[in-house]
Amino acid sequence: MLQGQKISRQSQVTVGSVPSDHVRADSAERYALSTPERKHPTAALLTVPVTAALALGIHFLVAKKEPPNESRTYTIVLGSFFAGAIVAAVMQRWWPALQTRMRRFRPLFTVGVLLLCVWEIITSGFRMLPLPYFPSPAGVVQSMINDRGLLFDSTWHSLVLLLSGYLLGVAAGLVTGVCIGWSAPARYWGMPLLKVVGPIPATAWIPLAMVVSPSALISAAALIALAVWFPVTMLTASGISNTRASYLDVARTLGANARYLVFRIAIPAALPSIFVGLFMGLGASFLTLVVAESVGVKSGLGWYVSWAQGWAEYGKVYAALVIMAVFFSTIMTLLFKLRDRVLVWQKGMIRW
Amino acid sequence: MAKGNDSVVASSVQLRDVGKSFPAPDQPLTRRPVLETISVSLEAGELVSLVGPSGCGKSTLLRLVAGLDFPDSGELLVDEEPISGPSAERGLVFQDPNLFPWLTVRRNIEAGLAARGLLQQKRSEVKEFMRLVGLEAFADAYPHHLSGGMAQRVALARALINHPKVLLLDEPLGALDAFTRMRMQDEVLRLWQNRRTTMLLVTHDIDEAIYMSDRIIILTQRPGTIEQIIPIALDRPRDRSSSDFLLLRSEILELLHFAGNRSSQVTA
Repeated sequence: MLQGQKISRQSQVTVGSVPSDHVRADSAERYALSTPERKHPTAALLTVPVTAALALGIHFLVAKKEPPNESRTYTIVLGSFFAGAIVAAVMQRWWPALQTRMRRFRPLFTVGVLLLCVWEIITSGFRMLPLPYFPSPAGVVQSMINDRGLLFDSTWHSLVLLLSGYLLGVAAGLVTGVCIGWSAPARYWGMPLLKVVGPIPATAWIPLAMVVSPSALISAAALIALAVWFPVTMLTASGISNTRASYLDVARTLGANARYLVFRIAIPAALPSIFVGLFMGLGASFLTLVVAESVGVKSGLGWYVSWAQGWAEYGKVYAALVIMAVFFSTIMTLLFKLRDRVLVWQKGMIRW
Repeated sequence: MAKGNDSVVASSVQLRDVGKSFPAPDQPLTRRPVLETISVSLEAGELVSLVGPSGCGKSTLLRLVAGLDFPDSGELLVDEEPISGPSAERGLVFQDPNLFPWLTVRRNIEAGLAARGLLQQKRSEVKEFMRLVGLEAFADAYPHHLSGGMAQRVALARALINHPKVLLLDEPLGALDAFTRMRMQDEVLRLWQNRRTTMLLVTHDIDEAIYMSDRIIILTQRPGTIEQIIPIALDRPRDRSSSDFLLLRSEILELLHFAGNRSSQVTA
């Protein structure tokens, strides 16, 4: 009670000395300057629809050289893209969020559609590349639609396997990384092991995994976990051991115990480094997933690719590759979003 | 620890023949003395400054009192008890505010309570301390949005929320510009006058030492020993341009010049 009164009396003194030093000109202003509020010139608005129309035109020119059902499907795909581009160009006038997005992605979309045109001209148009290895875009789209059930199923199996392996590896990597980074004995024994065993690519363990494990699925998950474990451990340990000594000193003079020092100081301070490890581990997990699926596991996108290749159905191979690209980059994006949330305190401190 | 009437709780600090050495950076087997035979007593509630040439061990001395390092010889006592390690009863503020960048201003100030597991029962104090240092408006800002003076105020509030009986200040205002610095000197004095904790202030700035302290300890060039202890008898609030102030200032400058003349290094 006494304490409260004491402080409130002191605080009255403060009112007069409200800080005259101020928060630095905040980021909002800087960003506002970098994207000036100007209208889309009409010509620029039309680039995407015009390129889509061009793609449609080229497609009609070469369509007679393609199987009719492929050609029809691809017409529908390009047509809906064209329609979507027109709708977006009109809608953006009343929808500011769409407008900023269009401004950002217009060049990318334009070049993307142009590349599709080039692909179609080279394959269906002039038949410059040997079949069946290089199908036209229409062929790939058709394979994707024909085999959608199996592709969906394979994606689902890949997702389950990837997540179980990745999360296991991350959990193990965080635990070992924190131990090695924090405690000297753990560092002494753990570091040599990490340095010798870690750099072996996880896929090199496949022969051993096949012998030891009861099921291909379990051994694949373990291999992915191993592939993730190494970078996560390495970067967690280095992040923890590089915690600024003065943060720890301050915390100790604030009365912190060891638990607080590890979980509230060292780990938050190491998070930027830990996220680098998580990203590296994610890349390693994609690689291991696909290899494991193509040699042992009888499901998933990696299996699908080698299976389709066995039947020389290259349209399906490319369809699976397209799905893989979308699938993996979606997961990568989700990890970026997580990082942006967790490391929001870095915003304005570093470029990201 | 933090009882009802903390404002009158302060500790006395005694240093008896304290010596400290560190391994030389070029020859790790030989140890180079940094502090030798330091003996001084701080009374409870006293504000004492530590002035001396660069590298004379001022910061080392402060770390010893904080309990972050241990002396090679001699003993350090707080309220007659030997110092066994860092404690929330001895707060420390560095020149770099060292705010935890991943925590907002509010959470930085709360850290002292959270570290001791007292956040739930003392949460109401956090707001008071933010008001005390004039930062309520920035409660949810992250540290890198703050100016140097504001960040240092947060660091002060973070140290003060534990009601330390001794506050150790390692050039806390050294990185601030002249105007902010003078205002912060008044703020630190106001905090000290309200709370009456014992304060040990390391500074490079002789004006700051004279303006703020009850006594000034002048250390010699490394290895640091106590050159002289000068009581400052001027009435508070002090006038930086009074003749007594200026006289003291030139005396101390003289002393420091003597203390530092082996390397012709004058700290002013």
